[in-house]
Amino acid sequence: MAAAPISLTVRRRAALAFLLVPPMAWLIIAYLGSLAVLLVSAFWTTDTFTDAVVHTLTTDNIVRVLSDPTFRAVALRTIGVALVVTACCIALAVPLALYMAKVASPRMRLALVVAVTTPLWASYLVKAYSWRIMLSGEGPLAWATGYTPGYGLTATVITLTYLWLPYMIIPVFAAFERVPDSLIDASSDLGASDASTLRMVVAPLVFPGIAAGSIFTFSLSLGDYIAVTIVGGPSQLIGNVIYEKLSTNQPLAGALSLIPLTAVILYLLAMRRTGALENV
Amino acid sequence: MLSSGARRAVTVWTVLVLVFLYAPMLLVVVNAFNKSRTFSFPPSGFTLRWWADTWNSTGMWTSLGNSVVVGLCATAIALVLGTMAAFAVQRYDFFGRNTVSFLVVLPITLPGIVTGIALNATFTSVLGVTLGLATVIVGHATFCIVIVFNNTQARLRRLGTHLDDASADLGATPWQTFRYVTFPMMRGALVASAILAFALSFDEIVVTTFTAGPTVQTLPIWIFGNLSRPNQAPVINVVAAVLTVFAIIPVWLAQRFGGDPATTRV
Amino acid sequence: MKFNVLRTGFTLAACAALVVACSSSQSGGGGQTPPKMEPLSAVGQGEGALNLIAWAGYVENGSNDKTVDWVTPFEKATGCKVNATIGNTSDEMLKLMRTGQYDGVSASGDASLRLVFAGDVAPVNTSLVPNYATISPFLKDKSWNSVNGQMYGIPHGWGANLLMYNTAVVTDAPDSWAAVFTDAGKYKGKVTAYDSPTYIADAALYLSKTKPELGIKDPYSLTSEQLDAATELLKAQKENISEYWSDYTKEVQAFESGTSVIGTTWQVIANTIGTENKVHVNTVLPKEGATGWSDTWMISSKAAHPNCMYKWMDWITSPAVNAQVAEYFGEAPAQTKACEHTTQKDFCDIFHATDEKFASQLHYWTTPQKQCVDGSGDNCTTYDEWVDKWQQIKG
Repeated sequence: MAAAPISLTVRRRAALAFLLVPPMAWLIIAYLGSLAVLLVSAFWTTDTFTDAVVHTLTTDNIVRVLSDPTFRAVALRTIGVALVVTACCIALAVPLALYMAKVASPRMRLALVVAVTTPLWASYLVKAYSWRIMLSGEGPLAWATGYTPGYGLTATVITLTYLWLPYMIIPVFAAFERVPDSLIDASSDLGASDASTLRMVVAPLVFPGIAAGSIFTFSLSLGDYIAVTIVGGPSQLIGNVIYEKLSTNQPLAGALSLIPLTAVILYLLAMRRTGALENV
Repeated sequence: MLSSGARRAVTVWTVLVLVFLYAPMLLVVVNAFNKSRTFSFPPSGFTLRWWADTWNSTGMWTSLGNSVVVGLCATAIALVLGTMAAFAVQRYDFFGRNTVSFLVVLPITLPGIVTGIALNATFTSVLGVTLGLATVIVGHATFCIVIVFNNTQARLRRLGTHLDDASADLGATPWQTFRYVTFPMMRGALVASAILAFALSFDEIVVTTFTAGPTVQTLPIWIFGNLSRPNQAPVINVVAAVLTVFAIIPVWLAQRFGGDPATTRV
Repeated sequence: MKFNVLRTGFTLAACAALVVACSSSQSGGGGQTPPKMEPLSAVGQGEGALNLIAWAGYVENGSNDKTVDWVTPFEKATGCKVNATIGNTSDEMLKLMRTGQYDGVSASGDASLRLVFAGDVAPVNTSLVPNYATISPFLKDKSWNSVNGQMYGIPHGWGANLLMYNTAVVTDAPDSWAAVFTDAGKYKGKVTAYDSPTYIADAALYLSKTKPELGIKDPYSLTSEQLDAATELLKAQKENISEYWSDYTKEVQAFESGTSVIGTTWQVIANTIGTENKVHVNTVLPKEGATGWSDTWMISSKAAHPNCMYKWMDWITSPAVNAQVAEYFGEAPAQTKACEHTTQKDFCDIFHATDEKFASQLHYWTTPQKQCVDGSGDNCTTYDEWVDKWQQIKG
């Protein structure tokens, strides 16, 4: 139930200022200011021998980022990986969230929520290394099924899906919980099959939650450079390219950062229209 | 409500996903007792050596302490600032409100490497600050604010203003309304978001790598360093196994006292 | 109200950005002369702490293996508490040194000159390091650790990048780098290589022997055409790469799980695999020669604990300690007297520690520059171009 807009009296304005200024000041100075510094540094260049940063303005880096075929290939690959990871997370999370919200008993529901969020506490690195063992030629997967995809982009997608799954489950579960049982009952009373109910009644209500979860899986995958060095074999993603360029050419690394930055902001703006940001 | 066919299908799926979620965790526990230094599979033997090494490792305790301190400070800052921002956005209507909502979400949605490089560049080149515990806290607080903001905002939206209005009508000052009416209803969201914010700060490595100096090691950085030491690598499995078991407590608490799960937010 | 806050905020951020952008240009080193700096004139009392960047295995304090510890005795003797950060590649070490928060680094030749010319490290007063006198003479005043006769560090040790293979899978005892280049297809996706642009020099070295028409004389002095040829060779190799390694736990694991069966290595990695006893590996210095490294301890120009750093440099090159670290890591010690202290009596012979002729055959990591490092001209490719090529190779 949204509050009806109240006209701002002087006291309310003061209260608003009190509430808004400290967090906004923090956000703007600590965060946006830092981003501004990064963006400005993208226009600088480096001394060719020592790789130290020189403060002369040039658009060379931006031009290079846009035109170099290697950067383009890596960027597309990274966006592709991020989208596939998001799709996998959605596929895994939605039925699970449906079970948790609508089928499980309240005690089971609590247990499942705990079960799903506890892995967030095991260290990211340890989990990634665990997948390195799982997928190795002599690891549990090969031992149990005789097959393993080995290290590469497939392994990277599997590992990233695993790492970000809880971030998708939580908002989707919350969204399912908000769908009143009575609505589903009414739909089946009116003769709709399960599939139709889920498709026409539940899905539109749950979609903002899915979109919210996808923001996390997309952006977390887009910037990741650690999991891919652990299970990715010889592959590289845009995060690795940025990280490697940091020591020899910091301004170029800054310019390269514009790629994931732009991708995520575009994704956010697209998701905003679906109401995902209210569910994030 | 749903047909039994559908219920069976989602139950099976749930079991499969749970297996997917916990198989690697099981492997971590197995490797915590694995004699092999390089986590070889099948395990080459049983040993408690890594547990002893972890207990005796001063590096581990120091970094654990640092992680706890950073987590608590960042969460505290986030609780204050995040709640303030949530109130401002939910209870007032003003120009630029949607922009504020959008901006506040940025720190957690933009890739960690971008945030890390940006903060590092600002700290070292612009402000000339020595990297240390304080800079790590600043970095962590920035994304923790988002979590508190999201959860509190969602809870406030669901609560609506009618109780606040009733309180005001009965003569309470804004502070009294906040203290006796709004805060108790919101408490659950604060608890849940504080625990989640702490968890994210505790496991954060990317931004921390760029904002911690040589002398500050948080637990993830210590783990990362240990991976390059072939004789010490297995201790990280012990640490992760213990953390996961201990984590059940705060996670369960968050759910128990977090109140309305329908408004749980990352 | 809100409107103003937002606007003010954005203006502030934009102003900050403008100020930063318009600030005076930093002189990042005039190119070919290092910034003028005075070395320390005397070593005083220890400052109580020491922050080092080192290769894994160089600064062992017993936490890895209780019997491997030369840091605790140092701390006891000098009161300087050591904080060591491990760098996996020279580029990482450079990044860390640039923060100015470390006192010293064990720099290989592909980082050392970049540090010197950028003013990140200070010249060293070798008279303050008594053990310097008995260091192998062929390590002093080299192109990677000195400029115009001024030493910029104290040599630590040196070694070769060897070819390692799993004896159970690779049964024909290779003795040539062809095993990882032209014949790599035999091992179908199980070849490994060092994850650094410096590896291009290994490809160039191979080409210098197998394609003499390219005219490669020094693997670090490559013209654009020569660099392109090396890049093509590496792109072809990538088809058979299982993974590139930079931290050596990964390479140990890769060999033990059968993910990799052949590739470049450091002796210490082969030693670690040997003690685990899961797979058997052999190392060999191929007939084409090899690239290598010669590491130098360098002191930061912004060192907060310079006295401790000088004490460390003297400690790590003292005979007993240099022998310990050389044996643990599997490299030739810089200190000639260390040979009397190694537990394995013929250690120095195996590693050719005092064999100047052998040492001169290795192509030590060095930073490629426009002015060819072998003095053959000034049309060579720079390290930054090598980084670009490396990223293109990985694709």
